[in-house]
Amino acid sequence: MAKIGVFICHCGENIGAKIDCTRLTSAMNDHPGVSVSVEYKYFCSDPGQENVKKAIREHNLTGVVVAACSPRMHEATFRKACAEAGLNPYLCEIANIREQCSWVHTDQDMATEKAIEITRSLIEKVKLNNELQPIEVPVTKRALVIGGGIAGIQAALDIANAGQEVVLVEREPSLGGHMAQLSETFPTLDCSQCIMTPRMVEAAQHPKIRLLTYSEIEQVEGFIGNFKVRIRQKSRYVDMKACTGCGDCIQKCPQKKISDEFDCALGKRPAIYTPFAQAVPNIPVIDKEHCTFFKNGKCKVCQKVCETNAINFEMQDEFLDLEIGAIVVATGFQIQNTAMYGEYGYGKYADVITGLQFERLASASGPTAGKILRPSDGKEPQTIVFIQCAGSRDPSKGVKYCSKICCMYTAKHAMLYAHKVHGGKAHVFYMDIRAAGKGYDEFTRRAIEEDEAAYMRGRVSKVWLENGKLMVRGVDTLLGKPVEIAADMVVLATAITPQPDAREFAKVVGIGCDEYGFYNEAHLKLRPVETATAGIFLAGACQSPKDIPDSVSQASACASKVIGLFSRDQLEREPVIAINNESTCSGCWGCALACPYNAIEKKDILSRSGELIKQVAFINPGLCQGCGTCVTFCRSNSIDLAGFTEKQIFAEVMGL
Amino acid sequence: MSKPFEPKIVAFVCTYCTYAGADLAGTSRLKYPPNIRMVRLPCTGRISPMFILKALQKGADGVLVSGCHPGDCHFTHGNYHARRRWTVFRALLNFTGIPLERIRFSWISAAEGVKFAELISSLTEDIRKLGPFEQYKAMIHETEAPVSL
Repeated sequence: MAKIGVFICHCGENIGAKIDCTRLTSAMNDHPGVSVSVEYKYFCSDPGQENVKKAIREHNLTGVVVAACSPRMHEATFRKACAEAGLNPYLCEIANIREQCSWVHTDQDMATEKAIEITRSLIEKVKLNNELQPIEVPVTKRALVIGGGIAGIQAALDIANAGQEVVLVEREPSLGGHMAQLSETFPTLDCSQCIMTPRMVEAAQHPKIRLLTYSEIEQVEGFIGNFKVRIRQKSRYVDMKACTGCGDCIQKCPQKKISDEFDCALGKRPAIYTPFAQAVPNIPVIDKEHCTFFKNGKCKVCQKVCETNAINFEMQDEFLDLEIGAIVVATGFQIQNTAMYGEYGYGKYADVITGLQFERLASASGPTAGKILRPSDGKEPQTIVFIQCAGSRDPSKGVKYCSKICCMYTAKHAMLYAHKVHGGKAHVFYMDIRAAGKGYDEFTRRAIEEDEAAYMRGRVSKVWLENGKLMVRGVDTLLGKPVEIAADMVVLATAITPQPDAREFAKVVGIGCDEYGFYNEAHLKLRPVETATAGIFLAGACQSPKDIPDSVSQASACASKVIGLFSRDQLEREPVIAINNESTCSGCWGCALACPYNAIEKKDILSRSGELIKQVAFINPGLCQGCGTCVTFCRSNSIDLAGFTEKQIFAEVMGL
Repeated sequence: MSKPFEPKIVAFVCTYCTYAGADLAGTSRLKYPPNIRMVRLPCTGRISPMFILKALQKGADGVLVSGCHPGDCHFTHGNYHARRRWTVFRALLNFTGIPLERIRFSWISAAEGVKFAELISSLTEDIRKLGPFEQYKAMIHETEAPVSL
């Protein structure tokens, strides 16, 4: 027999002035199954909550309805009060008679009538509520960080320094990402490798970090606290334990003319190589595609010169299955191929280069050892033109968004050029100078005022070769005049784009992308580092174009989320999940089609002798988020949603 | 003079968007007619056509189904399932003897308090014009075969 307590809150005058609470209270007292119905000025106050608790104990209530403000406001408050009085918190329901009644209606009589119906329908629902227990899931305290650029390294170090295990996976042979390619960094002009490489070494040597370079994520299964991840360790053909990193093999490799990816095709590398001199780990890989032995079956020079017998041509890819509690995705970005701008001549003229190529030219570790030299003839360019927004903010040919970092790095390039080529002249075509950030606007002003870069607000329409000069035709919109500059070199500030395989990778990990392929955060403002999938977090430029300070901040934010998650042994979740009745389930898998979370698993029902009778759906309580789509999909009415069962909803409707 | 007809409208809404939008209409102190009764669900994907039939059987003169905008579902896909289900159900309405105008399907986000208030006002007016929904109740009474649950 139901014994329901109904508590009607005046909320001061908010409800009391518009709804006749005394009439509501007496109407509820007459309702079947109601043991007690009382009104009070503020039920959310301490004495108000005490009233509820006292009533639960005195009347031995089996359910509670609080007619008050929205459940989004105080459901948690009253459920906690119920629990303190010994009543299962899920036997408490809130009738929303403030936001959806007293505040929006003017006629007192009709508002009271509506409040009576709302409260009545929830009394009917709560009669059918079941005692529910929060779901507890254990947490594997090991984090996976995907991507070994600055964001991934920062996240890994922060988590590891908090004493938690980290697996750091990088698909290239070395840590470093794009930051390792840069020369100097804005707005301080400190050398990128000088600040980056110590971090790389720290990550590699950290006792809590397991570093897996030249490795990729094959598969991610499971849910928050309990992911199962399969990692493919690509074969380096070099035994990491035996190799000492002496570099003899790299010196002696006869194949030396392979375009160097790290130097953005401005340099050459052999077939056995480390991407750059400070690579971490400092162990080479054999590029199978270009290696003479793999191509022709003859050579093995590297094996002959290796004193530790580290070269192994028989090596195979290895798979590693790991249990992981939380995942940080820090897979970074790529720059857009600018070949679609035929008018800029990228790919046609050797001296039209991208900003990233300019970084390599300006870098002390680059192909020119830090000298700004033209790729075509190795001469120092006396006039240089920088074209900003070569792809960004161009809905017709490029991308719609602003790539955020180009204004700053172009100013930096103009400065580096002025510092290295005395007497040279830098021209910059820009749309707007977007220099929001600590010390950023001062930095761009310095490029203009001290280093005398000529900034022109306007676009470039064409670049062509004439008498050995790159002729740049543009417009200065502030003067309202067309401009032609005879340049020796043109640098394009190309757009930042997601990794080319970002969409496929999102499917592997189980997170969402936006229209471009950048990964979606759970809430742009309030949950910027979480994804919609619990336990997976985002750091760096895989979420949107970002500079180094932003990437590092986001990585540390991810780390704090992961550490927070790992501070508990068990996770508690709302028990609003779908439950399947296995005796009536026919195994049609309609639910599996409907489920957005892959929570439906196949379960074998065996006879006593071990023969398969049928397969039924099992809903993984860790994965189920409780949307209830499968419930409505189920043909045999086998699935129901705890807290929102068919019976409860029908009762609620009948109570109206 | 007799009292004007006051329709009863039952709304099945998801808690993340439309319920929150209705709360926003309240906190913004917007005004709309008191004919609407909300049933809160986790997601529009949870809504079965049977709920709608049940509400009409109970005496509702109109039904509203409302959730998150396409692409905004908290559960990523639930509202798409609801939309597909509605498309199929719509084709069956004639067969069940329910005029299409009695049922409204809409998207209202948690930020659209004004849209919620406007929708309820116009929906109430439309249903008021249609008058009480007696045919369905009469039909069920005649056959004495209540909708099986």
